[in-house]
Amino acid sequence: MKEYTSEQQQQFHDAVAKYPHKKAATLTCLWIAQEIDGYIPLEAMEYIAHILEIPVTAVYSVVGFYSMYNTSPVGKYHFQVCHTLSCELAGSEAIMEHLQKRLQIKPGETSEDGLFTLTGVECLASCGTAPMCQVNREFHENLTPETVDVLIDHLRKEAATHA
Amino acid sequence: MPKLKTKILSNYFGVDQAWTLDFYRGHGGYDTARKAFTEMEPDAITDEVKTSGLRGRGGAGFPTGLKWSFLAKPEGKPRYLCVNADESEPGTFKDRQIMEWDPHLLIEGVMLSSFALGVHTAFIYIRGEFHLPELHMSQAVAEAYAAGIIGENCMGTGYKLDIVVHRGAGAYICGEETALLESLEGKRGYPRLKPPFPAVEGLFGCPTIINNVESVANIPWIIANGGEAYKQFGTEKSPGTRLYCVSGHVNKPGVYEEELGIPVMELINDRAGGVKNGHKLKAVIPGGSSTPVLLPEECADLTLCYEGVAEAGSMLGSGGVIVMDETTDMVKVLVNLLRFYSHESCGQCSPCREGTGWLYKTMKNLLAGLGESGELEKIEDIASNMEMRTVCPLAAAATMPTRSYMKKFRGEFEAYLRQVEANATAIV
Repeated sequence: MKEYTSEQQQQFHDAVAKYPHKKAATLTCLWIAQEIDGYIPLEAMEYIAHILEIPVTAVYSVVGFYSMYNTSPVGKYHFQVCHTLSCELAGSEAIMEHLQKRLQIKPGETSEDGLFTLTGVECLASCGTAPMCQVNREFHENLTPETVDVLIDHLRKEAATHA
Repeated sequence: MPKLKTKILSNYFGVDQAWTLDFYRGHGGYDTARKAFTEMEPDAITDEVKTSGLRGRGGAGFPTGLKWSFLAKPEGKPRYLCVNADESEPGTFKDRQIMEWDPHLLIEGVMLSSFALGVHTAFIYIRGEFHLPELHMSQAVAEAYAAGIIGENCMGTGYKLDIVVHRGAGAYICGEETALLESLEGKRGYPRLKPPFPAVEGLFGCPTIINNVESVANIPWIIANGGEAYKQFGTEKSPGTRLYCVSGHVNKPGVYEEELGIPVMELINDRAGGVKNGHKLKAVIPGGSSTPVLLPEECADLTLCYEGVAEAGSMLGSGGVIVMDETTDMVKVLVNLLRFYSHESCGQCSPCREGTGWLYKTMKNLLAGLGESGELEKIEDIASNMEMRTVCPLAAAATMPTRSYMKKFRGEFEAYLRQVEANATAIV
């Protein structure tokens, strides 16, 4: 079971307090765990199961169902390119190809320096500003190869400054 | 149809700081809730909503007031309101605008709805991918608590109301109301068999009403101006305005608030700037990707109201209008949509889990030039073995468009098949 700091433990307990039933806090607790580690290690699921008083398998089952929970580490910047219809009509395939070339990775891969992960995802409800991608939680809309370049350069610089 | 003069939902879209409590109160915000909580009986609110004829804006178009009247009210059990902000139907991006720009409007709608229903805890279920909508929504809820607008004693009226902003984690199916409830209970988003309906046995086994964001955001205007006044907009069977989302091959994609019953060609040509690059129109999806596609000749006189689109053999659905021009390969469009549905099938029912996968793979093979003769018939056979055999409508959401593309653009599908056959002959 993962050991969290008392501050982190408080975050989990605050989440539980929001709901009429403990189990209902499962998704929220998983978000807290992912926020802390960037993904959800098995030890975190054990901790969540413990505080919610449910079996670990119940937590594991939820993690496996939802597309946004990572069960293994991802890059510092997770590019999630929408490839559903409105984005495809607006040129998302070209954006995806450009990203693959620039980041030197294929969808589903993480760059060797651990900076970037690239994934194709289903509709992000940004069809009016297509093509678009989500980098971690931020939406980047009306993309062109040029704005993608600017974004990558910005993120590389940001990573270098904080390294 | 003239441009809409009185906006109900989109007055402050694009206005800086519109999401703050100061701004909202500065523009008359929460006056309606205050008045209703002190001067109105809960049933009178439901009556106004019934009079307005407001129909659910999530997709099904069920009358909101009627839905409310189904809520069971047993003693000793809490009742819940869940706002469905899981906006995931491809082509739909309106609810996020309300939450990003005018979250207090939604809160006031939640207050009025909760008061009408006798609800003391309401949940706003926001899809996990939405960052800014969730941020503005959470900030607005925190502001409303701090100002005593919601909480133990709403605006000093003695009414208790808690609002919980809940974040999903990536699953289209959670927009289906019973899957949303399962997810909110901390489980996989597997839709439930109905009955029991949520109004009787919903969240945590208690009576629950689930309403779409846009539906709830209409309530403050309806209560402030009366249900009769609401009917001045729209058609007899589809009163009010809608947030239409226009995307695809148009010059000005975006969200347009218009009266129900606006001609689709007026929306596309006049509001959304027409088809891009001077190209010709080839097809229109009228209400999100699950609704059957329409040909230009079917759109010529089509008005966007529930009954108008139904008459044309499709559905108004979520208000997501996707426009495709003459350069569009309809086989490729269908492959794209089938990838979506096969990815989003929750896996609970075999006909949907396996069927959406088969449809996707079969159609992808056809697009790649690997189709076999009899393939189109096989697809129709798979589709008919999926429909009406599942807990929820996701299977039908995949087969309905599939059938419509294959019927209306049959030639394109056959051309791929002929190409395969020609290649096969050449090899022999």
